[in-house]
Amino acid sequence: MNAGAGTEIRTGFYICHCGQNIAGVVDCPAVAEYVARLPSVVVSRDYKYMCSDPGQELIKQDIREHNLNRIVVASCSPLLHEHTFRHAVEAGGLNPFLFQMVNIREHDSWVHTDHAAATEKAKALAYAAVRRVRFHTALETKRVSVHPDVLVVGGGIAGIHASLTLANAGKKVFLVEREPSIGGHMAKFDKTFPTLDCAACILTPKMSAVGAHENITLWSYSEVVKVEGYVGNYQVTVKRKPRYVNEELCIGCQECIRACVYKEAKFPDEFNVGMGKRKPIYIPFPQAVPQVVVIDPARCLQVKSGKCKQTCVEACADRRAIDFTQREELVQIKVGNIIVTTGFKLFDAKRIPQYGYGVYPNVVTSIELERLVTSSGPTGGELLLRDGRTPQSVAFILCVGSRDYRTNRWCSRTCCMHSMKLAQLVREHTGADVTVFYLDIRAPGKGCEEFYDKSLKDGIQFVRGRVAEVTDWAVTPEEEGKLVIRAEDTLAGLVRRIPVDMIVLAVGMEPQSDAQDLRRLFNMSCGTEGWFLEKHPKLAPVSTFTDGVFIAGCCQGPKDIPDSIAQAGAAAAEAMALIDRGYIEQEPNTAYVVEEDCSGCKSCIPICPYTAITFDEAKAKACINPALCKGCGTCVAACPSGSIRQHLFEDEEIMSEIEGVLSHA
Amino acid sequence: MPKPRIAIYWCASCGGCEEAFVDMAEGIVGVLEAVDIAFWPVALDFKKSDVRALPDKGLFAAFVNGAVRTSEQEEMARLLRRKSRHLIAYGACACSGGIPGLANLFTREQLLRFVYEDAPTVSNAAKTRPQTACMDDGRELELPELRNVVRTLDQVVEVDYYVPGCPPTPKMTQEAIGALLSGKLPARGAVLAPDMALCSECPRRSSKPTDLAFKAFRRPHEALIDPQKCLLAQGVVCMGPATRAGCDAACPAGNMPCTGCMGPTSRVRDQGAKMLSSLCASISARDDAAIGSVLDGIPDPVGTFYRYGLPKSLIRRKADLPAQEAAVP
Repeated sequence: MNAGAGTEIRTGFYICHCGQNIAGVVDCPAVAEYVARLPSVVVSRDYKYMCSDPGQELIKQDIREHNLNRIVVASCSPLLHEHTFRHAVEAGGLNPFLFQMVNIREHDSWVHTDHAAATEKAKALAYAAVRRVRFHTALETKRVSVHPDVLVVGGGIAGIHASLTLANAGKKVFLVEREPSIGGHMAKFDKTFPTLDCAACILTPKMSAVGAHENITLWSYSEVVKVEGYVGNYQVTVKRKPRYVNEELCIGCQECIRACVYKEAKFPDEFNVGMGKRKPIYIPFPQAVPQVVVIDPARCLQVKSGKCKQTCVEACADRRAIDFTQREELVQIKVGNIIVTTGFKLFDAKRIPQYGYGVYPNVVTSIELERLVTSSGPTGGELLLRDGRTPQSVAFILCVGSRDYRTNRWCSRTCCMHSMKLAQLVREHTGADVTVFYLDIRAPGKGCEEFYDKSLKDGIQFVRGRVAEVTDWAVTPEEEGKLVIRAEDTLAGLVRRIPVDMIVLAVGMEPQSDAQDLRRLFNMSCGTEGWFLEKHPKLAPVSTFTDGVFIAGCCQGPKDIPDSIAQAGAAAAEAMALIDRGYIEQEPNTAYVVEEDCSGCKSCIPICPYTAITFDEAKAKACINPALCKGCGTCVAACPSGSIRQHLFEDEEIMSEIEGVLSHA
Repeated sequence: MPKPRIAIYWCASCGGCEEAFVDMAEGIVGVLEAVDIAFWPVALDFKKSDVRALPDKGLFAAFVNGAVRTSEQEEMARLLRRKSRHLIAYGACACSGGIPGLANLFTREQLLRFVYEDAPTVSNAAKTRPQTACMDDGRELELPELRNVVRTLDQVVEVDYYVPGCPPTPKMTQEAIGALLSGKLPARGAVLAPDMALCSECPRRSSKPTDLAFKAFRRPHEALIDPQKCLLAQGVVCMGPATRAGCDAACPAGNMPCTGCMGPTSRVRDQGAKMLSSLCASISARDDAAIGSVLDGIPDPVGTFYRYGLPKSLIRRKADLPAQEAAVP
């Protein structure tokens, strides 16, 4: 029984007390009494809790008994209960969109102290809604099916975990990783805090599982270049960079690496952050997944000049895995959901020149130290100074690039614990004296405070204060040949000079340098710092403002491994919730082009933030895809000939509402 | 059977609309076969008394061009309203204020002071200003009073139909007269022109890019305009997207941008605001300073976006209320 044109408008109005939340400030019975006298209003009631079952029942009953065809509820924010009341209206036999909600809590009682004025404001808002709802028409929500496959972007621990969770639930996953191997930052770690278990031992089984999983298509050395479509139906273009090795044929025997015309590895090795060497043909690290070699086009003689004996091809022999004809390839896939786990980059320590990184060889970053203490690292796990001596004393400087208004203001969250872990490893490997310069020790995770206690008991020295500078300028004999840290010890209240053999800079985390490009690619938002923005900091921590695009791990902000994994699991669950339901329901508040009015001026097309508008060349008219439209209204406002309209925001609805607010006296 | 009688009258206008009738050329012969002209001060020697002598609704139609600025124009508008069955606001000034409407940017006092005292070519030591009544040789002379603001015809009297344009083209004029005579009319209050934006009939339409991404604006005299390419794509403000079609894109076809004389479509309340929001959404710069320097290319925004519609627009409503004596110096 939807009210058609010409039907008498019969409106029911309900004002909610919300306990004392609204009634404590607004005189609800007075508002109900006022609205009762307005034209078209048949029923006007006040009630303690409209959202309660009896409150909703009231609406349903009145629709039946009084033959109502419009409903207005004045209560809290539509964000909270619009669905509740629409549902009640529908259960009462009306189209749920013949309903308007008035926010007199967040917009009125919660923000005003003058009771009389707040009551008048509630009347004005109610009057506006009663006027507006007359123009509402019956609308239908549309259902769109959800493609069951998922794209995961980034093969660090978060991406790995999200992919495995989905794949184990039987979902098909495409995992796209920019580097030749998955593993991310975690693959470079020796041990993990606070348990000191071996990072590789817990990561590599998951990496192998990804490589072997029948539900996971792993595309390493690849990048997402284009995303089109909408939740449930994304079309994604992936660029597969040429590795000059056929992934299907290579078995990872590495004969080709041994056979390379470069007898010695002489190029800096990315995995060991430049401290080790590799050949032009290489495998990033022993446990790399996929176990497929890769050729560096900037170093390989054949790729660069076409002049090489191609001893690698000879060594590969009948397997014929090496293929110098490989070219960049664009692959298109369809997925229903996307999980972005693109991680972080480390702060560049050279940006703080007073710490001497890049000047003094024995000033290293935390990730470099990580590679130096791990048995798979360039020194085989032996921690040595650049001249080959074993360090007698090592200092850590915390918050390098973090918590500093000159660089990054945020706390990178993991460096305190990471540094304490490395400090214990240094003690274990060398027995050196370790001093940690910190601002505050942040150890809130499970078992982390205990780890801090253990560090203190193990004899690691902690000095509270930001380090002013690192020099090699000795002023006393014991400082000769050492690096000297000058720092204010804020607990002792004096400036100290501490000579050490080696300094470790605990560099913080930063958004990836191409985070802004990714943001645009996936239609996400970034906070002011550049981390991807979650839909709600508490209630929707892995969702984004684009439905069907989720974020997990450090691309959302600095976090440790357990938090990254927790988020990855949450993102996988969010995606599965959509997949298993099978469809999405779309709010009908979409914009639409009135085709006979459209002049085809194309003004609306570039301004749509959701790329929902296309130009139909044949008809020479703009065309809005309702599945993509989020109802933001940008095009409606900007259409210079007024030929785009929007459901639930028709001109007469908005104008009658404005007139209602302004004419209430 | 006597032919239907029509009147043609001008208020605050340049005379271009009068020319538009003459521009029908031989077409006017057909019109004259169908109607009698009962009143047309520009062309024919009729007096106000002749109109007064007509019975109420004795005119089939009156075509009034020009905005309403003086007491005399107001009086004539009221008289013609009373005497005609169809009152037609003819041309941009009658429909939406037109170029004379831009005077609403200033108070009456500012205008009078400039015109009779401050303008560089004026020599008026006595600061004499026009009076509504004065004695000369024992005879009382009258002049119409200048009202505080410029109004559209429909802000003074009820209007039945609108024929927009500066001036309306002969084709539109002929079609409007034809529609009136045949009785095949849209709902009262309608604009007798297509209800679609100008781009739909612009010969340059296919060259309009999807994303204009304005980096700078140029005025027509600052640019060597490509005669084929969309003017907006050349950084020239063309009001076409926000302006009603019906003129066969006369200006773009003549290598000049549309300036919006046909007014907005029926769905748009404020032509200038619509064009502004559309244009500004397509500026490629993102920071305030860069956006500012792009917008510096439009030195006269009111004259650009509200050239023909200031009295009818949403802006300056408070200052332009007719009853109010604007006090701002």
